[in-house]
Amino acid sequence: MGADTKVAGSPRLMVGEHFMLGDHACAEGALAAGLDFFAGYPITPSTEICERLAHRLPQVGGRFVQMEDELGSIAAILGASAAGARSLTATSGPGFSLMMENIGLAVMMEIPCVIVDVMRGSPSTGLPTLVGQGDVFQARWGSHGDYSIVAFSPSSPQECFDLTIRAFNVADQLRIPVFLLMDETIGHMTERVVIPPADQIPRTPRKRPGHAPGEKLFLPFKADGDLIPPMAHAGEGYNVHFTGLTHDERGYPALNAQAHEELVMRLSRKVSAHASEVTLVEEVYLEDAEVVVVTFGCTARSARRAVNLARQRGIKAGLLRAITLWPFPEEHVRRLSESGRVKRFVVPEINLGQVCREVERLTSLPVDRINRAGGAMISPQSIMEVIAA
Amino acid sequence: MTTAASVTSHTRIVEAHPIDKVLRADRFPHILCPACGIGSIIHCYVQAITESGIPLNQHVCVSGIGCSGRAAGYINVDSYHTTHGRAVPFALGIAVYRPDLRVTVISGDGDLTSIGGNHLIHAARRNVNLTIICINNFNYGMTGGQAGPTTPLSAKSSTTPFGSWERPFNLPHLAHAVGASFVARWTVLHIRQLKEAVLRGMHKQGFAFIEVLSPCPTGFGRPNDIGEGLEEMRRYRRRCQVDDHAYLPDIDIDLTNDDSPIVVGNFVDVERPPFHPALGEPAAATPKPDPDRAAARTQSRESSSNGQ
Amino acid sequence: MASKVPMTNGVTQVRIAGFGGQGVILTGMLLGKAASLYDGKEAVFTQSYGPEARGGASSADVVISSEPVDDPLVTNPDILVALFQEAYVRFRPLLREGGMLIVDDELVHADAGETGMHAIPATRMAEALGRRIVANVVVFGYLVGMSGVISRDAAIKAIESTVKPKTYQLNLDAFSAGYERARGDRAS
Repeated sequence: MGADTKVAGSPRLMVGEHFMLGDHACAEGALAAGLDFFAGYPITPSTEICERLAHRLPQVGGRFVQMEDELGSIAAILGASAAGARSLTATSGPGFSLMMENIGLAVMMEIPCVIVDVMRGSPSTGLPTLVGQGDVFQARWGSHGDYSIVAFSPSSPQECFDLTIRAFNVADQLRIPVFLLMDETIGHMTERVVIPPADQIPRTPRKRPGHAPGEKLFLPFKADGDLIPPMAHAGEGYNVHFTGLTHDERGYPALNAQAHEELVMRLSRKVSAHASEVTLVEEVYLEDAEVVVVTFGCTARSARRAVNLARQRGIKAGLLRAITLWPFPEEHVRRLSESGRVKRFVVPEINLGQVCREVERLTSLPVDRINRAGGAMISPQSIMEVIAA
Repeated sequence: MTTAASVTSHTRIVEAHPIDKVLRADRFPHILCPACGIGSIIHCYVQAITESGIPLNQHVCVSGIGCSGRAAGYINVDSYHTTHGRAVPFALGIAVYRPDLRVTVISGDGDLTSIGGNHLIHAARRNVNLTIICINNFNYGMTGGQAGPTTPLSAKSSTTPFGSWERPFNLPHLAHAVGASFVARWTVLHIRQLKEAVLRGMHKQGFAFIEVLSPCPTGFGRPNDIGEGLEEMRRYRRRCQVDDHAYLPDIDIDLTNDDSPIVVGNFVDVERPPFHPALGEPAAATPKPDPDRAAARTQSRESSSNGQ
Repeated sequence: MASKVPMTNGVTQVRIAGFGGQGVILTGMLLGKAASLYDGKEAVFTQSYGPEARGGASSADVVISSEPVDDPLVTNPDILVALFQEAYVRFRPLLREGGMLIVDDELVHADAGETGMHAIPATRMAEALGRRIVANVVVFGYLVGMSGVISRDAAIKAIESTVKPKTYQLNLDAFSAGYERARGDRAS
């Protein structure tokens, strides 16, 4: 898909301007981030990520494996990451559901990885080729139990590139799974993508053991003040033990309430403690806005257009785009809510009400929901009407 | 294990056992029941590690969930105790990214062949460079003895209170059919043969599958009137027949029939290109039809007709 | 004839509709790429991925503007290229009042009342070039020449950076054939 197939023999970093599919831009972002290992199971509308990497990754020294299913895909990227690889998988709703089990394992073992979910109409098989935004809560809460993750939501192919790089950096920094919650519209949209030279691509390394193996006992789950433990990889001689069971600092099972409390609290707090570092928003006309549209993904494009239309009509509308969906940009919403100026929030989304619940719990102001079940973008006009109402 | 020098007239207490460095001594005592076979299997694996000539740092142990899955936690190499059924794809990730490492999966029959069955057959088909030690105790032991895909016909368990009416897997036949390069079955009685099989697996370039029959007196023995663990071992000893050339479709285990043999051996050892995802060059040509398979079939037909 | 670029509020919506194998996706890709990378404009290219995208109908949508394009959807095209009858029947009613309609007149039989339509026998022209497969690039040339929505230079750069080197000349010839025909039609 996308006719730009002149990629054979290209370097890892295709520096320059491209007219590129969102899915391809995501794949190129992963390559730019230093992707070592991809395991995936093709599924519409994420297949182009898989295909692009099948073509590109082996040519630049990485390993591509098409797995038997999504359960295997995510397990494989965790294994590779445990051995030191920057690892990626890409899927859509049905596959995302299957991955929930080992997303929990990634959280518990603190194995960094990036998972792309190109959202389509759902539930179940739903609308394979058409847009949806119904996986927002699943990304946050989908695996069993309490934990925290980070999720980014691109609104353009350029952001598919940029945010995939950021996702790898945050994953390695915090030792968590990081999600790129794309949607079908963004994944299947072709637009200008600028790939910068290598020295402009940031790379956050994983925190590594501070001593050589054998020098002294390495405690693979002993966190520093930042709540993040250094990570030793398979084959380095630290003789680590990782388990999905509740464990102590040594990594050994510790099946009691106190150990569980300590571990689960730390896993959750290590994300909240770094929330401000990973929170990205786009703010449009917020300095004097009275009606604020809170939005993300492809819907943000319609919302931006709607806000501009409203401004043309003299309505003081503004836009807060959650580029980071999780942790949700609570402070931004609270500040607007308490500004005394904002009178109302509008939350359009291609689901039956997910992000709006976040906004609702953060404000006592009215929140006008615009919900569609999926299959098409919400038009700027329909958002405009609610802004103007 | 004792060393040759320890044959003396008096008891000698040693500070350290030769395999201590391969075990996580700080994890003992272990969680396994008296007369469980898993300890012997861990011992065989550890012994194979020490004899493999492969540095300890290059061994990685991955397991799934269950009593057998706990094995990874007792072995002092980089070890990963993953989720139920996912040990094989997790291990695949390590093996593909670090082909210099020797990755062994130790897990149970339920973990590997029920919830993880799809991963198992595809890893074998790809011929991923892994050694699989599949501990078959005919039930889900850790959770109290439920039936699984290896539970013999008519055997009782907490989920087959009237006896199982499902036909169980014949695991060596399955592993062979889906492309494993090395296939063996032993029991915990066959300590030396098992260790040798694991060693062969470690040195095999490709997918090695070793089924080990192991007593589970708590989960399987008790409801099936096998009595103590030793009794299950006695049955193995009485009924096991070593036959490397066995006709694999015929080696189902019929625990109800005391006269039927339990066939063990190193059944398959063939060379196939191991799984190495391409690095920019086209994948190797399709492997030729496996001559070994046809040969084994003819041979085992002969041997089975001889035996009956 | 049409001397001004068809647009609405500074935005040109283009829909190129045909059936599978006609290369409409490549045409849309070339148009968006030329605008976005070589003509200093902003462009978004999308394609129909619905169940209807399999086998039968296929359509490519491009939105071009001098400003960033927020809304990628083509709702009422300013330019509609219809390369088979069903595309004409289905999308003609959506064409904006005063918008530009381009058809392959050997594949589309327009309504009797249709006026101001631009017709090009792209498939036959491509066959004359020796390769029927470049009919879409003939159409691309005609679209560029007739609408002026992007420059000729930008279009050629897009072709050069997209097609395989060994087919570049053929594609360039196809583009030029369409482009020159449009110039002739405009002059007449």
